Parts: sequence; C-alpha cells; structure tokens
Amino acid sequence: MDKQKALELKKTATRIRKHIIEQVFSAKSGHPGGSLSCTDILTVLYFDEMRVNPKDPRWADRDRFVLSKGHCAPALYATIALKGFLPEEDLKTFRKIDSYLEGHPSMSYVPGVDMSTGSLGQGISTAVGMALAGKIDNKDYRVYSILGDGELQEGQVWEAAMAAAHYKLDNLTAFVDYNGLQIDGNITDVMNPEPIADKFKAFGWNVIVVEDGHDHAEIKAAIEKAKTVKGQPTMCVCHCIKGKGVSFMENDYSWHGTAPNQEQRDKAIAELDEYLAGLEA
Amino acid sequence: MAKVATREAYGKALAQYGADERIIVLDADLSKSTKTDTFRQVYPERHFNMGIAEGNLMCVAAGLASTGKVVFASTFAIFASERACEQIRNSICYPKLNVKVAATHAGLTVGEDGASHQCVEDLGVMRSLPNMVVLSPCDEIETNRAIKAAIEHDGPVYIRLGRLAVEAVHDPDNFEFEIGKGIEVREGNDVTLVATGLMVQESLAAAKILEENGINARVIDMHTIKPVDKDILVKAAKETGFVVTVEEHNIVGGLGSAVCEALSENYPCRVLRIGVEDKFGKSGTPAALLEKYGLNAEAIAKKTMEAMKKK
Ligand SMILES: Cc1ncc(C[n+]2csc(CCOP(=O)(O)OP(=O)(O)O)c2C)c(N)n1
Ligand SMILES: [Mg+2]
Repeated sequence: MDKQKALELKKTATRIRKHIIEQVFSAKSGHPGGSLSCTDILTVLYFDEMRVNPKDPRWADRDRFVLSKGHCAPALYATIALKGFLPEEDLKTFRKIDSYLEGHPSMSYVPGVDMSTGSLGQGISTAVGMALAGKIDNKDYRVYSILGDGELQEGQVWEAAMAAAHYKLDNLTAFVDYNGLQIDGNITDVMNPEPIADKFKAFGWNVIVVEDGHDHAEIKAAIEKAKTVKGQPTMCVCHCIKGKGVSFMENDYSWHGTAPNQEQRDKAIAELDEYLAGLEA
Repeated sequence: MAKVATREAYGKALAQYGADERIIVLDADLSKSTKTDTFRQVYPERHFNMGIAEGNLMCVAAGLASTGKVVFASTFAIFASERACEQIRNSICYPKLNVKVAATHAGLTVGEDGASHQCVEDLGVMRSLPNMVVLSPCDEIETNRAIKAAIEHDGPVYIRLGRLAVEAVHDPDNFEFEIGKGIEVREGNDVTLVATGLMVQESLAAAKILEENGINARVIDMHTIKPVDKDILVKAAKETGFVVTVEEHNIVGGLGSAVCEALSENYPCRVLRIGVEDKFGKSGTPAALLEKYGLNAEAIAKKTMEAMKKK
C-alpha cells in the first residue's frame, strides 16, 4: 500500500471513530466498544476495496456487505456516510424517534445498507445467500461480512459456514472481529468458541489470521489473497481491540453497550482529534 | 414509591426464592440486562451462562428439567420466544417440562435498540403452544408472585418482563395472585379496559382522563394471557357492554385476540383492540414510542371515547 493511501485510510478511520463517539453520545445509548473494534476493517472495505456506487446504492453488480454483528451500526453508518451514501449531519439523529438510523441497521430505511441485522448469527447466513445468488446469476460481485467473536457461539454461524463451503462460495469473504470480549466478559469465560481459526478450517474455509486487525495494509492483503482462492470461502480472523482508539474504552467490556457522558465524550474526541492532527501535520 | 422494572423484580424474586435447590438459571450473555445476575450473586453454582446460543439454551433447559430441576431460561423476549420458538415447542412444551422462560425486554419500551429488538409478537406465539402458561405481570409485587407461582406450577411457563422502570399498581401488603385470575384494579360501569404489563399503568391513567370526560371505566389487570380469565371478561361484558384491550404487543395474536376468543364464545360483545397495529417498532425513547404508536394514556382515552361515540 502506498504511503499516501495508507495515510488517507488512517484519517478516514479516525473520522469514523469520531462519528461513532458522537452518535452514541447524542443517542445516549448504543455500542461504542465493538464499533471502534471493527472500524479498520470497514475502512479498508469501503475505501480501498468494495465496488459500490453511493449514487446508485441498489446497483445490481455492486459488492455487498453484511454487518452480521448489527449492534455496531454506528461504525457502518459513519462509514457509508463518509462514503457518500447519506449526509454526515444525519448521523446525529441516530436512534432518535424520527430518524431513519435505527439502533440496528435496516436495509428498508438506509441507503447503502445491504441487509437488516441485529439478531446475531443471522447476517452471515444472509451473506451466504447473496454469494449463492452471485454464483447462480454468474455475476462477479463479491460479498463481505463481519461477525463478532461472541457471535460465533450461535449455532447458526456454523450452519452458514457449512453451507458456504458446501456450495464453494469463493466470492464470500468474512471477518471475525476477534476482540476477545462479549457482554458478560471474556469470550473464553462466557462460552469458549476457541479454536476459532481451526474450526473454520475444519468447516472447509480458507482461513487467514490477521495478526493486527487495525493494520490497514494487513487487512487489504488478506482481502487480496482471498480473491485468489478458488472453490472455498475465506474467513479472516482479525485480532482486534474492543474500544480501539479511545484509551479508556480499550479492552474494557463495560464499554460494550454504554454511552459516554459529556466529559467522557470530550476526552474521547480530544484523543481522536489529537491523533488526526498528527496525521495531518 | 420508586419505579421498578419488572426485570429487576424478576432478578430479586429469583434470589428470594432461590434457596429451593431444584432451581437452575440459564442466561445467554445478557445476565446484567435480564437481571439473572442478581441470582448469580447469591447462588453462583446454580447459574449457567450458555453464551449467545438461545436455541441450545432452551433444549439444555429441557434436559435439566427432565431430571427434576426447575429451570429459569432467560434472554430478551425476541430471542426467547421467536428465535428459540421451535425448541420451546418441541423440547419444552410437548414433553411438558418444568422450564420457565423468563423473557425480558419485551415490547416497544426496549427503546433505542429499535425494531430488531422490540418483541411485539411473543404473547401470540407463546399462547399458541399447547401446555404453555403465559404470564405478563405489570409491577414489582405482581412479578414477584408470578415467579413464585411459576415455581409452584408443574409445567412450562412463559413470563413476559419489561426493561422500563414502572410505578407500582398493587399494594404489596394486600395482594393475591393466582394464575388465570384477572384482577379488577378500578371499578366502573361504562366501559372496561383490559390491560396487561405496563399498559395497566397507562390504562389507569387513561381511566382518569375518561372520568374527566364523564366516563366511568373499569380497569382489569390481565396478568395471565393463557389461560385467560373468562369469568372476569364475561362479567365485564355484561356490566359495561364494551371492552377495550390494551397491550404493548401486536393487536394480532396477543391479549386482544385472547379476549375476543373468550368473549365471542361465551358472551359476544363489541371489543376494541388497542396495541401495535401490525407493524414493527423503531428506535426512540420509551415515552416517544408510546406516543408514536398510540399507547400512552392520552391515546388510550381518545381511542376509547371515539369508539364509544360510534356505539
Ligand atoms: C441472537 C442474539 N442474541 C443476543 C443478542 C444481544 N447481544 C448484542 S451484542 C452481544 C454480544 C456480542 O459480542 P461479540 O459478538 O463479541 O461482539 P463485539 O465484541 O464485536 O461487540 C449480545 C449478546 C443479539 N443481538 N442477538
Ligand atoms: Mg467480541
């Protein structure tokens, strides 16, 4: 990845993180931890990979994206707003009674959202359906999806995994946001889903371990590699930090579904602004 | 008196009755929200987190119950009653096992999480399962007694609980609860409001507005949706001539349907169903949602008066 691109992506990711904090703050509810965690994957997908057209959100040949961990809607909304699917100023209406920006993504209301999600485990199955349609119709679009590591506890994820491998859906690339945390604590304490990479391998997937799920170049390389694989879907198991980018939210599961107060919001925005200023200097 | 959410009352009741060693509590990564955490603090050895895997949770509950345990299976109402519906049907209801599905975050007042998490179909779905008893308490004391009754009842029970803190309706020192027996919480002879869950509070407030308009409304707290109390309904139909049902649920399948079934077979009478009008919810504050969906006291009073004019 060239330097200019790398710098641009970092700036974009930081802007997305700021929007996440502002959305959750203005809504007084929502999920900052997991949103900050998957921001860099979304950044690479929408700003360095996916074939989409904000002027034609329903374009039949577009690449598709399904946020299987739908509670991270703030990250998706911020990403597609920066991409041009919706006005940035609408983000502050997140979760409000007259807003179209529901707490969990709705494809009926939001241009650029390809699937309604929020119930964990279902999104990845819908991504399998989209990829299967691509094969049926001989289209060259690709399908992407992000799952939570806690989400892997849903049996349905493994039903989807089986189906994707069975139908050789090499047009499907999924990501596990491997941040080690869910609502009630560490994933290994609540209900251990390990070994994650080996499980997907056993289910017939090509598996790529992304050692740093916040390194744009490493994420991009995994996506490129996946495109070369024939006859198998790819799972990128991305080591991520829940709350990434806001020091006091990092690796703390109490920020899973808690909104910052004014002081916390100011501190978070100041940190992100400082980082952004450093990038722009 | 301080407002208390029925989920809060549920957690406390579990801890209160938890000395009964048959009781096992299962949760699905939501123990702080469902408040089973309150039980875990006292009896950690009988609380099991099953992870984000609700279908498995229900069948594990069934297996535990088959050995004589009394199992409380908790998660949000949407995931309990709908995601794990068939597991509840075939592994819990069909063999009539002692599993108590205690489902929190029911209805629109889940609030900002929005449509995907607002369960307005659970009463209808659970009511249609043979062997299932369906409870929907409105306040802290009623929840406490519903949990006690569920423990004593031999067989599956679904208990609908809310996220939002609500006022007390009943006097804790003078309260009797029996499964299948509705409670008249306000006398009146012009119309009957039959409500469940936190719509009991809204209906009592609506009755005050109606009174200011010269209408004397009876209010019934229908805490048991199945088996529904036919006697109290027939009596209300005979004495007031018009019945309005009020629920934080789709008007299809829930309390309104149960009341219509009971009355049409036993004492046909005109019924107005107030509830979510066969729509999905959306994000917003609980108060804004009740207003938008026409479920606050003002809307209930207005709809009742309009219907009475047409009589
Ligand atoms: C089927 C289902 N069960 C429960 C929930 C409630 N819930 C929302 S987020 C969450 C934890 C998710 O953890 P993880 O998948 O690790 O997400 P992340 O850490 O990336 O936020 C749970 C249990 C849900 N949305 N869907
Ligand atoms: Mg996680």
